[in-house]
Amino acid sequence: MWFPRLASDRVLRAHPVDGPFALTLKQNNANRIYCLNAQAERLGLHRGMSVSDARAFCPDLQSRPAEPRSDMRFLHVLRRWATRYCPWVGLEGDSGLVLDITGAAHLFGGEAMMLSDMRQQLARGGVSGRIGLADTRGAAWALARHGEGLAAPGAPMEALGALPVTALRLDEGTVTALQRLGLRSIAELEATARAPLARRFGPEPLLRLDQALGRQPEQITPLAEPPHYGARMTLPEPIGLQGDVMAGAARLLERICDRLKAQEAGARALCLTLRRVDQEAQSVELRLARPLRDPARILPLFERGVSKVEAGYGIDQMRLEATRVEPLPVQQLSHVSTDSRARLDDLVSRLGTRIGLENIRRFLPADSHIPERGFIVAPAAYSRPEGSWVSLRPRPLRLFAPEPIAGSGPRPPQHFRWRRMRLVTARATGPERIAPEWWLEDDNWRSGLRDYWHVETRQGRRLWLFHTPQRPGWFVQGEFA
Amino acid sequence: MFGIMMPDLFDSFPLRKARVHEACGAGATGFAAIAAARAASDVLWIHETWRPEVLNPVGLSAFCDPAKLLVAQVNNQLEALGVAEETLRDGAIPLVVIELSQPLSLTAGRRLQLAAKDGGTTGLCLISEEMGSNAAETRWRCAPVFDAQDSTLMAWEIIKNKAGTLGIWHVRWDRTSRRLDVVSPVGERPGSARASG
Repeated sequence: MWFPRLASDRVLRAHPVDGPFALTLKQNNANRIYCLNAQAERLGLHRGMSVSDARAFCPDLQSRPAEPRSDMRFLHVLRRWATRYCPWVGLEGDSGLVLDITGAAHLFGGEAMMLSDMRQQLARGGVSGRIGLADTRGAAWALARHGEGLAAPGAPMEALGALPVTALRLDEGTVTALQRLGLRSIAELEATARAPLARRFGPEPLLRLDQALGRQPEQITPLAEPPHYGARMTLPEPIGLQGDVMAGAARLLERICDRLKAQEAGARALCLTLRRVDQEAQSVELRLARPLRDPARILPLFERGVSKVEAGYGIDQMRLEATRVEPLPVQQLSHVSTDSRARLDDLVSRLGTRIGLENIRRFLPADSHIPERGFIVAPAAYSRPEGSWVSLRPRPLRLFAPEPIAGSGPRPPQHFRWRRMRLVTARATGPERIAPEWWLEDDNWRSGLRDYWHVETRQGRRLWLFHTPQRPGWFVQGEFA
Repeated sequence: MFGIMMPDLFDSFPLRKARVHEACGAGATGFAAIAAARAASDVLWIHETWRPEVLNPVGLSAFCDPAKLLVAQVNNQLEALGVAEETLRDGAIPLVVIELSQPLSLTAGRRLQLAAKDGGTTGLCLISEEMGSNAAETRWRCAPVFDAQDSTLMAWEIIKNKAGTLGIWHVRWDRTSRRLDVVSPVGERPGSARASG
């Protein structure tokens, strides 16, 4: 199954456009056409053409930038769709699917019926596809690209013989060389002596020919379905007690945890959806401080969320899904137990259900002279303590936004008022000049350089003052212990 | 003389376990930092988001390793108390520092005490003066003191103690060895009349 206009079909499905349309991709500093619709093709445009040329040909060409990654995702969606025809579906290049329909065609009333069904479905979805069906993967590929249709079983030469040698999945150089020798169709290639061909072109053309004609085996690699971590339970009678809901959740959790264990994964976020008799659904979300797959540890964390659920006339369906999953390899248990770490993570998860997991934070060191940027505050659940803390000079224990005080001159004032306190400077250590980081915009540092002083007052308070020589003024920014 | 009768600081200072204590005064943060340095493993510091004063981990590194600090950002005191109670009861974190902005009711104070007792953990509330709760095990008034030679001198006064005597000590923190030194009591030091503020 080949999708000659996969990329433009994907975009046009979302935003239908009337008239010629093309997707452009920047290659080697020039915008080139990446994919285009049938109307544009009819006007003589082709892939690889530069966009300015195309506009000269066709002034009303509409274009958009291409997104090859979204196209790949779309191809995966199509792959999933194609599993309705047979269980074995693999990708073929970046714009094709390969289906092994052995033993599945009769379910659709034979191969021809299956093909027409596929065509209908694709046409309804707005995707142009070309489908070839043959005994071998190579022959199907050739039919999909050149000719399209169905090859009678057991006689591949009849369908393939007239096709050009480009249908054999050969690289461009080989194809050109073969054509120069006068070997234009597959039948001509087949009729040629094999030994001189192999000597001249290597094994490639003959291998491809044999694969197409079924003399060499070729596998298709079906992609595995991504595992699904969800479980659902429908109840014959509605329930409303918290204990019952928790018991139901425990059963669902067990099923999911078994699946997680088989995949060596752990859940990082779970969502329990409770559907009430009156069709209203409420969900309880749970985010964990680290991946877990132990039902006994996850279940108590749900208690808080479940207790807030309004049961109304009762709950008759429960659905639990692990919405975020991370790999969690099996680990050897050791006698030097990591129990305290696990306890701490559980506690963080539980606090996270109370105030939000991102509100439990830890400090990480950052490389900056600016006091406010000397550290990073990161969510504890998504970071590990690391790095070393270096302070070459004493730094205050508390920081706050600079509070102006009265003072003039480059030396700290002898007497000043701060927060309604009269303070007398007893000793001042400094200055320590800190220059703003000019490469970062920061409104607080608009006043330019700062000369920091460690001021000890006669009253006891030890403050961190700074003077801004470029725009004279004195401020208090922190307090030492 | 008064100083000779002074009880030993270390009877009360590594704060008694399974209890909730209080500290007030300008040096309360320093007191909490030193308590955190004494804690065996992690410390949870509960901070209300709206407060303008933030803890500076670079400054804290003179007292203890900031890596063992977890900070819980809460919106109001109710959340702060909920988080504190849960953590104290759990026991995974041996020290919980709570910054309080309003006085605790007796019920709330008692609940924290019971939670600390269940978990065998220590709680420390940073309060402002005149905000003490009756349920607190000890209450400390901490103030930095000016000293001509040293810039870490603090006066720690224990103003409430349910299981011991009251007292006042002058302490200093040794940054390099991370050690708390008790210096001679106020009356015996030269220039103490001026220093006591």
